[in-house]
Amino acid sequence: MRYLARAVLFISAAALGGCSEGVLDPKGPVAAAERLIMLNSTGIMLAIVVPTILATLGMAYWFRASNLRARYMPEFDYSGRLEMLVWSIPIMTILLTGGVAWLSSYDLDPPKPLASVVKPIRIQVVSLDWKWLFIYPDEGVASVNHLTVPVGTPISFELTSAGVMNSFFVPQLAGQIYTMAGMVTRLHLQADHTGTYRGMSSNYSGAGFSDMVFNVDAVPAEKFAGWVAATRTAGPVLDAQAYADLVKPSQAVAPYTYRAVATGLFSGITKLEFVSTDSTDPSPHSDSSPHTHHAAQRADQ
Amino acid sequence: MNLLGKLDWSAVPFDQPIIMGAGGGVVLIIGAILGWVVLKGYVPYLWREWITSVDHKRIGVMYLVLALIMLLRGFSDAIMMRSQQAIAAGGAQGYLPPEHYDQIFSAHGTIMIFFVAMPLIIGLMNFAVPLQLGIRDVAFPTLNSVSLWLTASGILLINVSLVVGEFARTGWMAYPPLSELQFSPGVGVDYYLWSLQIAGVGTLLTGINFVTTILKTRAPGMGYMRMPVFCWTALGSSLSIVAVFPVLTATLAMLLLDRYLGFHFFTIDAGGNPMMYVNLFWVWGHPEVYILVLPAFGVFSEVAATFSGKPLFGYRSMVAATMAICVLSMLVWLHHFFTMGASANVNAFFGMMSMIIGVPTGVKIFNWMFTMYGGRVRFSVPILWLIGFMVTFVLGGLTGVLLAVPAVDWTVHNSLFLVAHFHHVIIPGVVFGCFAGYTYWFPKAFGFKLDEAWGRRAFWCWFIGFHLAFMPLYVVGLMGMTRRLQHYDVLAWQPWLLVAEAGAVIILAGIVCQIMQFVVSIRNREALRDVTGDPWNGLTLEWSTASPPPAWNFAFQPHVSARDAFWFEKKLAPLKKGQAAEPRKYEPIETPKSTPIGFVNAFFAVVFGFAAIWHIWWMAAFGILGAFAALLVFAFRDVEEVEIPAETIAQFDRAHPLEVAL
Repeated sequence: MRYLARAVLFISAAALGGCSEGVLDPKGPVAAAERLIMLNSTGIMLAIVVPTILATLGMAYWFRASNLRARYMPEFDYSGRLEMLVWSIPIMTILLTGGVAWLSSYDLDPPKPLASVVKPIRIQVVSLDWKWLFIYPDEGVASVNHLTVPVGTPISFELTSAGVMNSFFVPQLAGQIYTMAGMVTRLHLQADHTGTYRGMSSNYSGAGFSDMVFNVDAVPAEKFAGWVAATRTAGPVLDAQAYADLVKPSQAVAPYTYRAVATGLFSGITKLEFVSTDSTDPSPHSDSSPHTHHAAQRADQ
Repeated sequence: MNLLGKLDWSAVPFDQPIIMGAGGGVVLIIGAILGWVVLKGYVPYLWREWITSVDHKRIGVMYLVLALIMLLRGFSDAIMMRSQQAIAAGGAQGYLPPEHYDQIFSAHGTIMIFFVAMPLIIGLMNFAVPLQLGIRDVAFPTLNSVSLWLTASGILLINVSLVVGEFARTGWMAYPPLSELQFSPGVGVDYYLWSLQIAGVGTLLTGINFVTTILKTRAPGMGYMRMPVFCWTALGSSLSIVAVFPVLTATLAMLLLDRYLGFHFFTIDAGGNPMMYVNLFWVWGHPEVYILVLPAFGVFSEVAATFSGKPLFGYRSMVAATMAICVLSMLVWLHHFFTMGASANVNAFFGMMSMIIGVPTGVKIFNWMFTMYGGRVRFSVPILWLIGFMVTFVLGGLTGVLLAVPAVDWTVHNSLFLVAHFHHVIIPGVVFGCFAGYTYWFPKAFGFKLDEAWGRRAFWCWFIGFHLAFMPLYVVGLMGMTRRLQHYDVLAWQPWLLVAEAGAVIILAGIVCQIMQFVVSIRNREALRDVTGDPWNGLTLEWSTASPPPAWNFAFQPHVSARDAFWFEKKLAPLKKGQAAEPRKYEPIETPKSTPIGFVNAFFAVVFGFAAIWHIWWMAAFGILGAFAALLVFAFRDVEEVEIPAETIAQFDRAHPLEVAL
């Protein structure tokens, strides 16, 4: 038994240690709040799950057929008090975790801006086959498969997709949000510590999906300003032509930056102005009806 | 005009040794079995007694055989994925390129849900429900055969995709826009769609059949509150099938229209909305989980009572919980896409609903526990599966409630944490339940028990293998590993995936033990023979007739005067001992006549499905017309039933004296 306890301890320690760089090792307020909710809910439920497991094993063992000391009660198939108990225990557990779920759905709603005195940085995200495009509209630069953000500053994301669905996810900074063509989803997060965090697509999107990863460099504000200035001086310009090249499927693209971005590019993408289809209609974007603006976009009103 | 549509020799991947090896092996095995059957002269017997049979017991057994064979296929996919992820770390690409790996995980999910779990559940329902209800067959026996063979058609088509063409590379949910023609121009998605459409019709017919059977044809005296709990769960499951399978059929039909006729239901342009597919898919998809798990809960209820030697604790709670789950299961589907940017109101509501469904499920766990309380628990193989399920499932439920918290879901959705969670509920819930079920009812179906020792070995391998295979996935999921990765660059994940691989190998050992269990049991069948018809000291009516039961199930229609009807009669039997038994007067019984319509119809369904996948339009027309003509011929048949003479029944009864006659 002592060995078993030691083994369990060892495995848990290894598991928790191994969880660094994941959702259990948050580096920002959103991810930290989400982890807290996960741990709270787990704690609430373990309080009932562990006794249930032990009781099940205990019942089965004590009432084994060979144990003549156990009382055989073949008529025992109803007890109002026990029934009361078996309904109340799960209901009370669910009341607690349900409260946690309800409150956190509002507190951490991804489109909700973070409370902060620092002015947020806006970033527009486009998932492409099979890479990420990040546009900094206020700085007028863009990057592929690499994000640079200032620490301690809220980041406000608008996200869309050029084609198939993907999901934008940086486990150490915030929960994920889907990217969908013709729609805009919103996400807010913040990095509190400098460092490099792993980001990825977490919704399978085809052959190049496994390489749709990117690093997020969280750097001090002055370093971020330096990065923007340096980016503006080198690299290609992201205009309609460059975007048309970028949209073509490619895999495992090494990160690079654009020194300038054509205005209105992101909104054009969200209105499907660059979608090439097999349809014979020469102007596939002629139809930018209200359907392209779904519930997901309500938040920015 | 090409007579073969899109089909030509390039459809067969001769350059892929893994596929050709697997496909060739399967073809050889099937060829060998067929050759053996023909040479031994078993064909007429199989045709007469099985393929054309409309007997619910035979149909149930055939469903289970199909499911167990497909379990091997689905498991092969699983162990290939585990092996790929165990080695494809850092710069390594593993042995499966993306185009192949993506088909494997898509096929694994599709096969395990539609062609393993569904036939397992439906097979058990077919075998046990009419016997438990004390009746001679289901409401529509021929329709039942049609359902079985349509399921088999779907299974055949999905396996053909292994060697002719390809399977979908979209994941088993086939989300558009990825599954639209623009991004998936090949035939893979079409194989997915047509095999599910054809099998889905079969499933819907089964649902209708069982709803009717349970509501309208119970034995006299069997009021609703006297029905065995397995029948209640079968009713809940069948009602859900009738409610939600049409949604799946309509959704897949819309995707078919997009792909075949240029519609724009789910395309990204021209007014299509891919989110609507996701929404509709899960309107079916979440109730589907409970369609699968409810009957497994039913099996566990029977097993808990029987092997504790007492009636089920809290029958009324159990019934209420079952029906509550049945209704609630239709109000939670949005938790599959909390990450799509719905408003906080919507997320909060569906999060709460998803948790509430944990209440009736928790009640069931406690009731099984209190069934053991005060019992005489015999640790036979079925109750091992039950206890293994109970201790495992509560943890799977815990992670399920976690995923129902939207804020937590955002951090682990689509990760291996999610993969671990749904395997953590489906494997102990559905798979262990069905294994308990077939072990429990095997002696009823074949007249001898399954070997205990090999059954225990299978259980322990599955139980240990399951934990080794899936607990590490929770860890890597929390470390940020998403599902469906063909390779990855984080070396810290690899040790956990190696442990998971070892777990998969132990599960494989469990499957080998199950095969050994069948082989050993069939060899030792004389030693394992049960002549009483009631090997476990059962409570319900199926144990009151001979094993295996005759085609007519019961020589005399049972009259039910209490819940757990057979248990009640057994208790009364000693009191009746002094009384002279009434002389029994046998009467002829009419049973439905065997018919090949199910098989013939399925043949044409396969022809149609294959033709539609490859755009061979003349052949598709031939398939449709053939199926229609066959049904027409069937509709005009003169003789629908055969009469079994009273003397045959009397002879059978004399040869199988039972302790208690109802």
